Amino acid sequence: MMPAIEVQGLTKRYGEVVAVDRISFSVHEGELFGFLGPNGAGKTTTVRILTGIIQSDSGTARIKGFPAGSLKAKQLAGVVPEMANPYSDLSGWENLMLMAALYGIPGREAQARGERLLEALGLLEREASLVRTYSKGMKQRLILAMALVSDPEVLFLDEPTSGLDVQSARLIREMLRSLKVEGKTIFLTTHDMDEANRLCDRVAIINKGRLVAIDTPERLKLVASGRQAVEVSFTHADGVNPEELARLPGVSEVQQVGDKFRLYTADLSGLVVALANYACSAGLKIVSLNTLAPSLEEAFLALTDEEAGDG
Amino acid sequence: MAKLEPDLIWEQFRRALAIAKKDIRIYYSKGPVVVFGVLFPIFLFLAFSIGRHLSIDFMIPGLLGMILFFTATAVSPIVVPWETQARTLERLMACPVRLEAIIFGDVLASFAFGLAIALVPIIIGLALGVTVSGGASFALAVVLAGLCFASLGNVFSIPPTNLPATVNMIAAAVRFPVVFISGIFVPLDELPAWGRALAYISPLTYFTDLARRAIQGRGHLPLALDFAALIAFTFLFLLVAMRLHKRTMPRRI
Repeated sequence: MMPAIEVQGLTKRYGEVVAVDRISFSVHEGELFGFLGPNGAGKTTTVRILTGIIQSDSGTARIKGFPAGSLKAKQLAGVVPEMANPYSDLSGWENLMLMAALYGIPGREAQARGERLLEALGLLEREASLVRTYSKGMKQRLILAMALVSDPEVLFLDEPTSGLDVQSARLIREMLRSLKVEGKTIFLTTHDMDEANRLCDRVAIINKGRLVAIDTPERLKLVASGRQAVEVSFTHADGVNPEELARLPGVSEVQQVGDKFRLYTADLSGLVVALANYACSAGLKIVSLNTLAPSLEEAFLALTDEEAGDG
Repeated sequence: MAKLEPDLIWEQFRRALAIAKKDIRIYYSKGPVVVFGVLFPIFLFLAFSIGRHLSIDFMIPGLLGMILFFTATAVSPIVVPWETQARTLERLMACPVRLEAIIFGDVLASFAFGLAIALVPIIIGLALGVTVSGGASFALAVVLAGLCFASLGNVFSIPPTNLPATVNMIAAAVRFPVVFISGIFVPLDELPAWGRALAYISPLTYFTDLARRAIQGRGHLPLALDFAALIAFTFLFLLVAMRLHKRTMPRRI
């Protein structure tokens, strides 16, 4: 089956700076694909190339087989750009109908979809108000509605929940989940690890314009398996010497978190045994002991740090 | 749903109309814009005509030319910089609309505004007893000139700035000299040779000549030449706008 998005050797330079450096990947149909990276890593440049806002210097990008930036590719895509605004002198409804007209959606169909979308995104009551009176969260929900009014097959979202109130961010995430169930292909740019972990089927990590990893969130976490940890608390925490904990076999780092100690290791079971022995010999009782799996954030840091080290 | 074919010219034309409708709603249908669009050229014209005992037949073609020229080029230069600043341009560029259709939509809005405001001096003239000969040719001249001036207005917005004030300065630096060399205050046949040579590079000259022919019954240039020049300038401005915006648009993002 043809991939929904196919990128080969994509490169974009701004003067001396290589914003995107020979990246290649593909996104399957119906997949929710996360694109993660620190600020300035090349995420927005990649999305702008894929959505036809700018052109690459070399390489190819195709949306459903059509060259990125062609009218046919744009017709199939819905876009939520980073930092974009709806027209503040138009009402929410007028913005939505303008977008429908620009995608050539017939009037009745556009109206029916518009009403459905505004209701689902909690904007129906304010549809006639000028957008200048909307909160940031309402504007972002409207931008999402504008991206969906053409019923796109592929949806591009660039940091859609960045800086939003909890309610709006949650509403947008719920919408993305239901769009995935409907079979839409979603390309989500984010720097929110938790968001990527909870929503995405696969995640690509980009750093300094280069792709450093593409995999499922769970498999990416294995990259940071050396960062497994045990969180332990003892009776009389003040009687515990962190330096003694650091000397236990296999411990790579110790952090004190409130009345608990977090010990990082590559050998989880060995450390649990060593901790029990330590408590026994020091005359302490273990109050709680939890194992902590590495987070996607830790995988991300491990991968981007490794890349920085290479550079 | 029928599969949409965004490549079709008719589809792009419909989308250009949607852009024009948006522009009119956001930028043109505001009280101050309309009032300024009418009052500014009238005051400018009065400043030059008061005390000169000019006939109404002489004044109306000049006034009409100035109003059409100033209104059709008034707002179009700032639409693209304004959209860059308001961060609405990126969303527009991601839509399945050709850049040419975006430019044409902006020009259409400016054209419609120019035509609507041009009705003011026409109605004033008719109310004051001015007669128009060759109504169809006069109407065609107004329409062509509106389209030509609106296209020129769009050329002013080519520099990739997001500051409307910068573009306004560029526009003012061109618009004011054009008015003085276009036979509005001094008829073409009374200009010295170097003045006439300058006048021929202004599109406003050809419209003023057509308007004088229809209202005063005296044109300096052949009718066909006036129309041909307006058509040629319109194509030239549209071509320049579409070609150069294509280069500068990505630098706005």
